[in-house]
Amino acid sequence: MSWQWFHRLGSPRWFYQKTSVWLPWLGTASLLLLAVGIAWGLGFAPEDFKQGNSYRIIYIHVPAAFLALAGYYIMAICGAIGLIWKMKLSFVVMRAAAPIGAALTFIALFTGAVWGKPTWGTYWVWDARITSMLILFFLYLGVMALSGAFAREQSGDKASALLALVGTVNIPIIYKSVDWWFTLHQPATLKLTEASTIDPSMFYPLITMIAGFYLFYAWVLTLHTRSLILQREWRTQWVRELLGQSAPAAKV
Amino acid sequence: MEFQFENFSSFLAMNGHGPYVWAAYGVALLVLVALVAVPVLRQKKLRQEFDRQLRQEEARRRTAKQREVQQEPVTPA
Amino acid sequence: MRVEPFDRANPDLSKRDSGSVKSVPPRVPGFYTLLRTEFTLAVRRRSDIVNPLLFFVTVLAMMPLGIGPEPEMLARMAAGLIWVMALLATLLSQESLFRGDYEDGSLEQLALQPQPLYFPVLAKVVVHWLVTGMPLALLSPLLGMMLNLGEAGYWPLFVSLALGTASLSLIGAVGAALTVALRRPGLLLALIIMPLYVPVLIFGTGAVQAALDGYGYGPQMAILGAILAAAAALAPLAAAGAIRISLEN
Repeated sequence: MSWQWFHRLGSPRWFYQKTSVWLPWLGTASLLLLAVGIAWGLGFAPEDFKQGNSYRIIYIHVPAAFLALAGYYIMAICGAIGLIWKMKLSFVVMRAAAPIGAALTFIALFTGAVWGKPTWGTYWVWDARITSMLILFFLYLGVMALSGAFAREQSGDKASALLALVGTVNIPIIYKSVDWWFTLHQPATLKLTEASTIDPSMFYPLITMIAGFYLFYAWVLTLHTRSLILQREWRTQWVRELLGQSAPAAKV
Repeated sequence: MEFQFENFSSFLAMNGHGPYVWAAYGVALLVLVALVAVPVLRQKKLRQEFDRQLRQEEARRRTAKQREVQQEPVTPA
Repeated sequence: MRVEPFDRANPDLSKRDSGSVKSVPPRVPGFYTLLRTEFTLAVRRRSDIVNPLLFFVTVLAMMPLGIGPEPEMLARMAAGLIWVMALLATLLSQESLFRGDYEDGSLEQLALQPQPLYFPVLAKVVVHWLVTGMPLALLSPLLGMMLNLGEAGYWPLFVSLALGTASLSLIGAVGAALTVALRRPGLLLALIIMPLYVPVLIFGTGAVQAALDGYGYGPQMAILGAILAAAAALAPLAAAGAIRISLEN
């Protein structure tokens, strides 16, 4: 059947073996893009005439924020696939995606706060986007806490997948409501930068960083998934064979 | 496209915004490195644990064999 | 001889005739019966009704002690304080929503019945709202008065709390169902559900604030109503799924 590839994709063993080929390429490409992007953004992109050099934080802040949100959807979609098609691998990817997403949300929050100091004169502003990010961070933490709370792994998988799905339905509502809340309470003294056109000389490094972050995300997600697979499939024959043939102790 | 700063110290200072920029980049990179390190270390630990179990099994098998050898002269009597 | 199982659909033992059970297919209780059963059960556990209310009042009485008694400051914070405390009171009372039924096995029986879990869950949530959210809303003008809330805010506070706590009960039911199999779900429940409460909180306090500032608060109420409608349609479904997951544990 044409569905064969789909079921094969669901096999942790198949995933583990296939990704060991892709992994080095993915890692090299992402690190290369990130290195180029960081050097470009820090040293070669022109200075912003209004914000000075502090704007260079944008090159990590924006890609991290992008992936923090996309990561939640990736996590929720994996959870949904796991719930609907009872696919083991999908739950593993979901579990792997949660801490990565939380870490990226943290980066976005932290860099945003540090950027805020020279720009707005304070580290923390209850700005719509910052507040939404904070709530997203809490959503990630909730999924992580719930997935770890069950003694039986499968229950933790399903419960956190359901929570991630409920969160997905809620995220647009949360974002809209926080947006509305902010326009209501916006103090007159605080002028936040509007979404403005960005010069190509500043935009190209940003695109490079976003691409680098996407590749990095894929790389790290694969790494986390692989290590979780090993942890889960510990007692199976294929893991024993895989580790046995490469472990030096086994040859003695 | 050219390097925007005259020398390295002005690159570090970033016109007074240095601490902010470097703190943001530093912490972000630290978190990214941790994201890579966590699964790698976990995998390494799993492998060590696996090797340990394998050695234990091996040792158990060996002592079992030795006991068999020792017991052999006893059984015919 | 057949032993008749406990019939949730007909809790009144005296009216039950055991003769008809043999021929009739398993009886599915109607929504009204479910509601009545749940309500009777809820009223019998009186502390579950009183404690959230007491919590609500006690913590709000602490607020002026922490913030200071200046009337202007309290007036500015009253709506937000009352709403956040209502949030907490609903959340804390929600932990026991499915607990008793889970522990004595009747949740499993409900899940085995030939009807979707949607309606039993909805009945539970409606009763939960009737015994916590509604009394909270009824009490709120009194607390508003104590916290020096402007008179224009009483009515919107009551209506927004009545509408909003219903949504809170519905959303919280998902969390309660997800954590029912865990031994100590209290803080975890708060952690996973609080972020989902954000829109309700924002529009609830927004309505009161708009009324205090002399504007119309219709749009906020409409959005609260829309959230309630969406939550009533979707949350019991999610909670039903969560119950089935928890029962597998």
